[in-house]
Amino acid sequence: MRLRTLVWREIFERKNQLATSFLAILFGITAIVCINNITFFSKKAVAKELDALGTNILILPKSASVQDYYSADMQDEDFPEEYVTRLAMSDLQGLDNVSPKLSVPVDVRGKRFTLTGILPKSEFQAKAAWQGAGIFSRPKGCGVVVDVPLANKSEPKEALVRKRVVETLGSSEVLVGADVAASLGTKQDDALQLLGRTFSVTGILPQTGTVDDSRIFAHLHTVQELAGKGSVINAIEIVGCCDQISKGLVQKINKLLPEAKVVTIAQVVDTQIKTNRMMSRLSMIFLGVIILVGGASIANYMYANVFERRREIGTLMAMGAGSSLILRMFLLKALLFGLVGGIGGYAVGTALAVTLGPRVARVPVLPMPMLLLLAVGISVAIALLASYFPARHAARLDPCATLQEM
Amino acid sequence: MLRMEVVSKEYNHRGKAVTALRGVTLDIPKGDFVSVVGSSGSGKSTLLLILGGMLSPSTGRVLLDGESLYDLKPDERARIRRAKIGFVFQTFNLVPYLCAMENVQVPLFLAGRNEGDQKSRAAALLERVGLADRLDHKPSELSVGQQQRVALARVLANDPAVILADEPTGNLDLETSERIMAFLREVNQEGRTVVMVTHDARAAEKGNRILRLMEGAILSAGQERGAFPREERT
Repeated sequence: MRLRTLVWREIFERKNQLATSFLAILFGITAIVCINNITFFSKKAVAKELDALGTNILILPKSASVQDYYSADMQDEDFPEEYVTRLAMSDLQGLDNVSPKLSVPVDVRGKRFTLTGILPKSEFQAKAAWQGAGIFSRPKGCGVVVDVPLANKSEPKEALVRKRVVETLGSSEVLVGADVAASLGTKQDDALQLLGRTFSVTGILPQTGTVDDSRIFAHLHTVQELAGKGSVINAIEIVGCCDQISKGLVQKINKLLPEAKVVTIAQVVDTQIKTNRMMSRLSMIFLGVIILVGGASIANYMYANVFERRREIGTLMAMGAGSSLILRMFLLKALLFGLVGGIGGYAVGTALAVTLGPRVARVPVLPMPMLLLLAVGISVAIALLASYFPARHAARLDPCATLQEM
Repeated sequence: MLRMEVVSKEYNHRGKAVTALRGVTLDIPKGDFVSVVGSSGSGKSTLLLILGGMLSPSTGRVLLDGESLYDLKPDERARIRRAKIGFVFQTFNLVPYLCAMENVQVPLFLAGRNEGDQKSRAAALLERVGLADRLDHKPSELSVGQQQRVALARVLANDPAVILADEPTGNLDLETSERIMAFLREVNQEGRTVVMVTHDARAAEKGNRILRLMEGAILSAGQERGAFPREERT
């Protein structure tokens, strides 16, 4: 005979009475686990989608208007290139990539295009769409390392080959957008006359469906020199980590660069923020429900259990049980109750998430062992808290009143 | 062994003071067998609870082996109950979800004995009361008499010096009652002190002496066996 034998036997003796309270906590934990599990993979999927869009934050001159996000850098206003240094030297988290740009209009064979100065490596790395076309590789940032199950793809081999070229983009080299190349009939290694200087076409970019198709890309410092504007830029494109954007990355950049305007792909980020908020609220609602309903149910059951067992408690006290043993007897029962509820809730919640996730959130969902700790932690905490006062009541029972026949 | 010194007990029942015991002074030497009789509400149960360290008196002292029970903290009184006192209840008070063996193990567990000791001691005691073949039976699977015998085995588990019995034959047929009384006599002859509250005149006469209570006061004490008034024989 041990204390746990006493507790275990009693639980099984009155398991039917326990069932309602157990189901309340089991369903509550199930809901929390299920929501958190789906939310986690949903967030990752959204982050992956956002990441695939390439840049998601733009830094522009203060007076710039943002009619079209993708051509927002096409304006006369500019700001110092030193802003890039400020960003680089800051301790901001979630900047996957920073690409300063200076765009100026150019006329080529009677047609007007945009010459965009870029710092090659960072610019190319920012263009996830190009990478998708098999040309450039990107750094492993927080957006890129998002693991959506079954959605990981290995980097294309061509990316490494082309990356070398990009990194060595010289002062007289240009990359030509697909529309420009088609319009001018330009091919790789052709010569191109821009602002009085001859450039060599080192690559024709594949079609992206954006304004970049009608751009010619040269080295930023070359464009600055040809434009005669000094060390200025008129946009900084940032690939921001999706999670960090949700946590206020845009506001932090605004604080760092108060003289500039910081914009983001609002609707995409808003969607994610709204989704995350909704899921978080839903999770909090279920937590509230489980605390109120589950906790009240357990407390009610425990009080009833103490009342029903008062003669047994009195007998134990008559045989020499101290009040601390009676307290431990009920709290151990609550602990077992919480453990089983937590583990059961985790198992059912995970099974539901894996089954429903692809249908509800359209994302594949895998079990998350970390949620077991959350489930057991919440379940045990609620069971212990709800049982404490009934247990204390039991420990303080007057043994004489419990032995009515004496 | 057991001594009550001018013990009184007053309850407050719905704003009215009710006196359960009035200045009772009593000596119960080691090895005595005292039957306490009296009508309902005469204070018998209160006396038994106070003797057992379960109910503190309003005034007076209770000493067990020279130690004043109610000058001790509740947990220390619990320790004394574990070590020296065994209760026999009218309705047996077996734990319904434990089998006979486990019920007898409870006091041994409370005393901190290891599981092996608990089992061997419990099995021996149940054998002594003739229930060696009912070790795994729950109370609901036992007859009333068998349940009372499990309760008796349980009371002996920690080898108590004092046994306080509350109507131990109250719910039993004549044959089982006689067996229970024979058992109490037997443990008394082993040197244990027995204090038994009863309405049963035949049972009361098994004691060494009969203590009659009326309205919380001792009406007569120290009567020898056979002195039980005829009108109280049932």
